Amino acid sequence: MARKLLLDKINIEHIRLYDVYRQRGGYTAVEKALKSMSPDQVTEEVKRSGLRGRGGAGFPTGMKWGFLAKPEGVPRYLVCNADESEPGTFKDRYLMEFIPHLLIEGLIVSSYAIGSNRTYIYIRGEFAWIIDILEQAIAEAKNNGWLGKNILGSGFDCEVYVHRGAGAYICGEETALIESLEGKRGYPRIKPPFPAVKGLWDCPTVVNNVETLAAIVPIINNGGEEYAKIGIGKSTGTKLVSACGNIKKPGVYEIEMNISVEEFIYNDEYCGGIANGRRLKACVPGGSSVPILPANLLLKTAKGETRMMTYESLSDGGFQTGSMMGSGGFIVLDEDQCVVRNTLTFARFYRHESCGQCSPCREGTGWMERILHNIEYGKGKMSDIDLLWDIQSKIEGNTICPLGDAAAWPVAAAIRHFRDEFEWHVTNPDDALRRNYGLGNYAEPLQVMHSA
Amino acid sequence: MAEEKKIFKVTIDNITIEVEPGTTILQAARRIGGDVVPPAMCYYSKLKGSGGKCRTCLVRVAAGSTADPRPMPKLVASCRTNVMDGMVVESMTNNTVLEARKAVVEFLLINHPLDCPVCDQAGECDLQDLSYDHGRESTRYEFERRTFERHDLGPYIQLHMTRCILCFRCVFAADQLTNKRAHGILDRGDHSEIATYIEKSLDNDFIGNVIDVCPVGALTDRTFRFKNRVWFAKPVEADRSCTKCSGKVRLWMRSDR
Repeated sequence: MARKLLLDKINIEHIRLYDVYRQRGGYTAVEKALKSMSPDQVTEEVKRSGLRGRGGAGFPTGMKWGFLAKPEGVPRYLVCNADESEPGTFKDRYLMEFIPHLLIEGLIVSSYAIGSNRTYIYIRGEFAWIIDILEQAIAEAKNNGWLGKNILGSGFDCEVYVHRGAGAYICGEETALIESLEGKRGYPRIKPPFPAVKGLWDCPTVVNNVETLAAIVPIINNGGEEYAKIGIGKSTGTKLVSACGNIKKPGVYEIEMNISVEEFIYNDEYCGGIANGRRLKACVPGGSSVPILPANLLLKTAKGETRMMTYESLSDGGFQTGSMMGSGGFIVLDEDQCVVRNTLTFARFYRHESCGQCSPCREGTGWMERILHNIEYGKGKMSDIDLLWDIQSKIEGNTICPLGDAAAWPVAAAIRHFRDEFEWHVTNPDDALRRNYGLGNYAEPLQVMHSA
Repeated sequence: MAEEKKIFKVTIDNITIEVEPGTTILQAARRIGGDVVPPAMCYYSKLKGSGGKCRTCLVRVAAGSTADPRPMPKLVASCRTNVMDGMVVESMTNNTVLEARKAVVEFLLINHPLDCPVCDQAGECDLQDLSYDHGRESTRYEFERRTFERHDLGPYIQLHMTRCILCFRCVFAADQLTNKRAHGILDRGDHSEIATYIEKSLDNDFIGNVIDVCPVGALTDRTFRFKNRVWFAKPVEADRSCTKCSGKVRLWMRSDR
């Protein structure tokens, strides 16, 4: 049984309530940090843990906190990014719904480290019932003296506010989130200046994902070095993965980052294999924005090594033969699924969620969706595939925020790895309407090229 | 730092120029002039906060500065990137930049009606100039273009949203030049539009400026529509005393003299 750091108490009855959470050793991290550590020591501890941002980019959290500008007399803010809207990702929702005090505890410790007296949780508006859960947890924490003025006599004041988003995926991008929090339209800002220098109300701001902030709790409790012992290389600690798709046991799993992708899919402790006795065709290992991989490249890297559930191993081979850890939305496709249709679904999502601020993303996402729609419904031309490739390459890297890249990557990867399926849709339009392409040769072992 | 540097040296397409700190790459390029100037649609130097949205002014920064000569990983919007001392910029000497520029022009045009013959902006249209310089001969877009109804925003302005490229210049202009802004962007993505939400007329004294800052023919003057062409108009000095502005007025009007 793998070690669990975040979800170890998840099955305890009423862990959502303060009394139970406190009885089971909750808020000890706050006690330890505020009574025996200085803010810089907390940051050092996080740096030692090697914790990487769990929102998608995987940027080291301690380093991010270290970059924060600290001018005199200017307030600093910590913002918790709970605007989890990526298709396939639902780990933060699970964490906030069932063990909200873990997030509040992590928030207090992180606010202390950063020096934020006003901390915001920017939560996705559709999580209406979770907002109530968080509000209740904050009220409980406040009544018990964990929030407010002079917490535990340390002289540190902290208030946590929950701010509701209004249903825009783009507000998960940190500068758009800050704009939205300020009450403006959720348009990403042009960087630089980065939020660490000029963020919320032009003050230095740190934006962290829910899971990142929750992971601060075990880091402070057990020490950063203990945390860094779990996992491989620079992928330290445990990671929440929300598995969905054609697997026997969809759900949120906490994994130590030292298991292989194959183990994660087929082991009964995790996904339990592919449902209905089908075979694995493809997988999107980190939420809709990351490149899709065919079965053969998913289980083994292009070099023939076993692919592990770590940041490095999943991105091994770059975008040519690899993918990304992303936000941990693990979407599994079996042999009955159509990659073109899957790509169309993603493209439709990005078209709908593009903010419309910069032209490549605004116009390009809609164009890609229309072409994919044609291909999927048997009206495609062979030249459309090349056109699609051209459009995605022109969007990628030319936009203000990463949404353009996120819209381009799934299309690029689908064409790169599943070109024969796209071509089959064009050459057999009638078949494409009635049945799926099937497994093809996507599960066949790859020939490993040995260098001379 | 030993002493404060007052002048930054920046090289754009192998031409070196000295500019003050705080100058953007685009402004520096405009000081050089000629072919190295990147095209810009959404940037308007007088409006605070404009720029960075249309992406036509993308350039490559081959070296960030003398202190940190690493190239920037992505193309940057030259209108919103400040120069650093020793920066090396590639505008028209870099193929990636030209390709990206061409792509942005294509993106801007796929939903544009291209109704230049009946558009009042023709002849002074930034998009027309842009597509003439950087566009491709024919479109690869085979779908129905996005269309909107035409709207009269008050007695003087007509909004033809189909032509709009969402540069936000009219929003900034109304924000910064008039007492109150009554129009803005509604919706998001490719269906976002300039609108007043509830039918309102724009009747501020200075609201006519939005017609002027519009780089395309989305906002046109109702008193001018189909009666004239810009190339027939000539400037007339029409200064007058005014309590609300400087009073310096140049009127462009049709005149046979």
